[in-house]
Amino acid sequence: MRARQINWGFLTWVALVNTTVAATTQSSVDPAGPQAQHISQLWWVMLYLLTGVFILVMSLLSIGAFRRRSKAAETSGRNVIQTDSLRETKMARVVMGGVVVTTVILFALLVSSFIVGRTIYSTPKEPTVLTIDITGHQWWWDVRYENQVASQIVTTANEIHIPVGRQVVFKLNSADVIHSFWVPNLHGKTDLIPGHPAETWLKADRTGVYRGQCAEFCGHQHAHMAFEVVVESEEQFQAWYESQLKSAPAQLTSSQSRGLQLFLSKPCVMCHTIQGTDAGGKVGPDLTHLASRQTIAAGALQNNRTNLSRWILNSQDVKPGNHMPPIPLNSEELNFVLDYLESLK
Amino acid sequence: MALLPVALTVTSCKREERNFNTPPPNVSEAQTNPSFKNPLEENAYSLSEGKRLFSQYNCNGCHAQGGGGMGPALMDEKWIYGARPEQVFATIVEGRPNGMPSFRGRVQETQVWQLSAYVRSLSGHVPKDAASSRDDHMQGKPPESRTKEQPIKNTSPP
Ligand code: HEC
Ligand SMILES: [Cu+2]
Repeated sequence: MRARQINWGFLTWVALVNTTVAATTQSSVDPAGPQAQHISQLWWVMLYLLTGVFILVMSLLSIGAFRRRSKAAETSGRNVIQTDSLRETKMARVVMGGVVVTTVILFALLVSSFIVGRTIYSTPKEPTVLTIDITGHQWWWDVRYENQVASQIVTTANEIHIPVGRQVVFKLNSADVIHSFWVPNLHGKTDLIPGHPAETWLKADRTGVYRGQCAEFCGHQHAHMAFEVVVESEEQFQAWYESQLKSAPAQLTSSQSRGLQLFLSKPCVMCHTIQGTDAGGKVGPDLTHLASRQTIAAGALQNNRTNLSRWILNSQDVKPGNHMPPIPLNSEELNFVLDYLESLK
Repeated sequence: MALLPVALTVTSCKREERNFNTPPPNVSEAQTNPSFKNPLEENAYSLSEGKRLFSQYNCNGCHAQGGGGMGPALMDEKWIYGARPEQVFATIVEGRPNGMPSFRGRVQETQVWQLSAYVRSLSGHVPKDAASSRDDHMQGKPPESRTKEQPIKNTSPP
């Protein structure tokens, strides 16, 4: 990890920034792919260079501020600035030198950031094997794996699985307002503009779970519009894909089937899809494999029974303003619905 | 004159409020009180939620953007099952003969009130400052905020 290579003695605050950022699974300075690698290199170059410039400027400034005036000026008591043509030329040279160095540094940074931008947003080099359609909604992510065969299309939400070491193309669109797709460990940001599909690609060098976040303010619950990218081995990815292709289980216990009946007769059916049942709503996330996901409500809560019941009874408590209304269910009904949702592996 | 800003603030507050968790108007009170007013009709957020749900629940599948198709037009002056907020509410919940399905239990109550408010805004029966002034899709008619209040004509089913 780059974090370990830092000279901790250099500046304490550099170290502090670095440890706090790298400790989470969402960090631009802990790159897990070639594009994030470029971004993070550029970031470190800028940080070290500009820290050097800052220290230099501050030292010069303090020298200027604390240096006394010449003896003559002080004893004469008059506030005259003495000029000395020899010193003036020397000073002019220093200023000129400063201007030149500043220009050169800024230009070098401009060129390197331009090159990095070109490299990471270039068209993909390898032939595309995996294309994922992402649609941003207020305030969750619809995820669809493209396939020519309709029965091989996987639809899920807020959790994206990709195989390690493979280039993956993302087609980005929005259903309402502008959002932005950002997985700091893997890539920079790409905006999702309604009616104007954008395309980007990324590649992960090592397995792990990386958190992504909407990076364009999009309303009340913008901060709770996260997702997870699960980078796994080719075999694990294939196994996951196979399991996501299956419809919801048809063999249900009696409480699970009561839960399904409730789901179909309550408002849930208007908004959610569960493949293999009559529920085909498109307003909210696809729930066919809800139980296989780590989080619910776009990373707002861990996926467990307590949080699910909290969410269903009053999601407005968890994410005020989100587009799922509070659904009145008595405790018996709630238990049936939860039993059913937990069967959606 | 000094009261004008105060009055403006009070009225505009109602228009601007975003209550995510207020209980819906009471249905039985709405149906028994002849001067009942749906408070959501004065609120811009509720009207725009109604507008969003109108297409998300596919009401526009049959009623288009108010112009009608398989179902009757909603932007004209003709009302078959009543124009009052609680009557529109009942039409959505109970369904009507000749194709209007019942959404009883399927649509959460606050949302039915939001839809009822939006439906009435299509023929100009809500305050203009709260009604929606733009569409998310191509605009096919003047927005609800510029819709003149249509007279109400009660007609019998076709
Ligand atoms: C009006 C539409 C609507 C209705 C009705 C509705 N939901 Fe939702 N639901 C949503 C939306 C929108 C989200 C995403 C909210 C967000 O994350 O911002 C959601 C999220 C969820 C989630 C979390 C999914 C995930 O992967 O993050 C679950 C579980 C859920 N709903 C279950 C239910 C159940 C059970 C019912 C019926 C009791 C129901 N919903 C009724 C719209 C609806
Ligand atoms: Cu956002």
